[in-house]
Amino acid sequence: MTRIPLPALIGLAVTGAYFLAALFAPLLAPYGLSEVVGDVWEPSSAEHLLGTDNIGRDLLSRLIYGGRTTIFVASAATILSFFTGSVLGLFAAVVGGWVDQLLSRFVDLIMAIPTLIFALVVLSVMPVTLPVLIVVMGLLDSTRVFRLSRAVAADLAVMDFVEAARLRGEGRGWIIFREILPNALSPLVAEMGMRFIFMVLFVSTLSFLGLGIQPPEADWGGIVKENKDGIVYGISAALLPAVAIATLAIAVNLVADWILDRTTSLKGGRNG
Amino acid sequence: MNAQIAMLLAQRFLLGLLLIVLVSILIFAGTQILPGDVAQSILGQSATPEALANLREQLGLNAPVHERYLSWLSGVLQGDLGNSLTNGRDIAESIGARLGNTLFLAFWAALISVPLAIVLGLVSVLYRGRWPDRLISAVTLASISIPEFMMSYILMFYVAVQLGWAPSVAMIDDRMSLLQKLHAIALPVAVLVMVVLAHMMRMTRAALLNVMQSAYIETAELKGLNRFKIIWRHAFPNSIAPIVNVVMLNMAYLIVGVVVVEVVFVYPGMGQYLVDHVAKRDVPVVQACGIIFAGVYILLNMLADIVSILANPRLRQPK
Repeated sequence: MTRIPLPALIGLAVTGAYFLAALFAPLLAPYGLSEVVGDVWEPSSAEHLLGTDNIGRDLLSRLIYGGRTTIFVASAATILSFFTGSVLGLFAAVVGGWVDQLLSRFVDLIMAIPTLIFALVVLSVMPVTLPVLIVVMGLLDSTRVFRLSRAVAADLAVMDFVEAARLRGEGRGWIIFREILPNALSPLVAEMGMRFIFMVLFVSTLSFLGLGIQPPEADWGGIVKENKDGIVYGISAALLPAVAIATLAIAVNLVADWILDRTTSLKGGRNG
Repeated sequence: MNAQIAMLLAQRFLLGLLLIVLVSILIFAGTQILPGDVAQSILGQSATPEALANLREQLGLNAPVHERYLSWLSGVLQGDLGNSLTNGRDIAESIGARLGNTLFLAFWAALISVPLAIVLGLVSVLYRGRWPDRLISAVTLASISIPEFMMSYILMFYVAVQLGWAPSVAMIDDRMSLLQKLHAIALPVAVLVMVVLAHMMRMTRAALLNVMQSAYIETAELKGLNRFKIIWRHAFPNSIAPIVNVVMLNMAYLIVGVVVVEVVFVYPGMGQYLVDHVAKRDVPVVQACGIIFAGVYILLNMLADIVSILANPRLRQPK
């Protein structure tokens, strides 16, 4: 194991801090999630480090709880997306034939519709609840994971060690999970970081449009929506979640870049 | 050879048409077959059975699914998108003007971002690894990490409210002159440019770098040509195909980015119309907007493919 480069280290530290904050939100937040503790849009003070929001709730507490919701939803959707996408992708690559054709063409079809538009279409008839959001986001995004894992696995499926396993008479399950998956893992993990960021942006966008997390629950996109009217009076409360999202996104990107760099240099690829 | 190209193009075109038909089925299915009755979700849980039955009748929900789809599709093909459930207005009429506004916004964003992205891509390859390249990379990484609506509010806060250079709400109407309109949409255009610029620039840079590793570039270097000439005369023509492809894909992305930006700046376009009616659960409007957005997206992707077939002779040979 070589030394971790500085940008990746910073990325890891920031990402870790965000996840810890999400985990221990009730301990960290100075006030409750929907506790009205002051005037509307108070400036920052000793009691309210970041001031108050549009109805006088402590903004720092809202941001911490909001981060918890955002990170939880994005993580759950990413896991669902990865599970569905990679299992189906590996399966399609190993089985091949008409199963592969059918799955691949279906994925092409779904990807022919912009994700946000498709999500909006579905959310116009489904009740907007947490599980529905996670499932819709996760399944729509799994098409991308499917494509990646299928491409990676199709390259691996023709390698000698897979052929050897086939000749030994191993079953499909063994070939997928013991031969191909371990070798396909590193590009998938790097992709996972990017998908997670995409999910954070996606759920924030939906909430901002009023079609994601419903009040009084908080999430970063929703906090922007609640405080956006302050912008024209020069109140910057709506910009704070932007800082949170941007730093988290950059941190995860740095980590993903590092993982990708490592895997390409391991394979002896031309980089740099 | 020409007949072969024509064949390929015709194939690609037919594939695009087929895709649009399938997408229309998918969008229709998405709103009609999913669990959750449309009538129920419009009226809410407390609706009386009579009201539900009436609404189902009015929406034609009692007919079999494929009949409903066919009648919807034949309506769409004749330009009849049905009526909005919430205000009863003709959808095609409401969309007409809004689609124009959305395309106006997207057009100016494209006009600014495409040349800018290509020039910046060239610059960052020319100064590869030195500060201009690093600066451009850092800025693009940052702009990828911020969602569109955040970027919009940041610009609104600093440029519109604090500096007062542009209006914070992008209202346009037909009485305005072109210059007035452009001033009104300055901020939304700026946001859209930033959103697509980063990606386009990165891909331009990657495409150029890819070509720069070819043997003929090394030859050109060994001949002693200067770097600018190598990039401009030898690398750039060979990377046009991937670059055009990226540009098209980003134009498609622009169509979606427009949805959020329109909501932020209260711009009277398609995106705002769609989002409004998703919240109101106005299914016919959502279907109509969905099919139009998806159609434009598929069209642009098709154009990207066609351009790369025309620009890259290698793609003309079947594998």
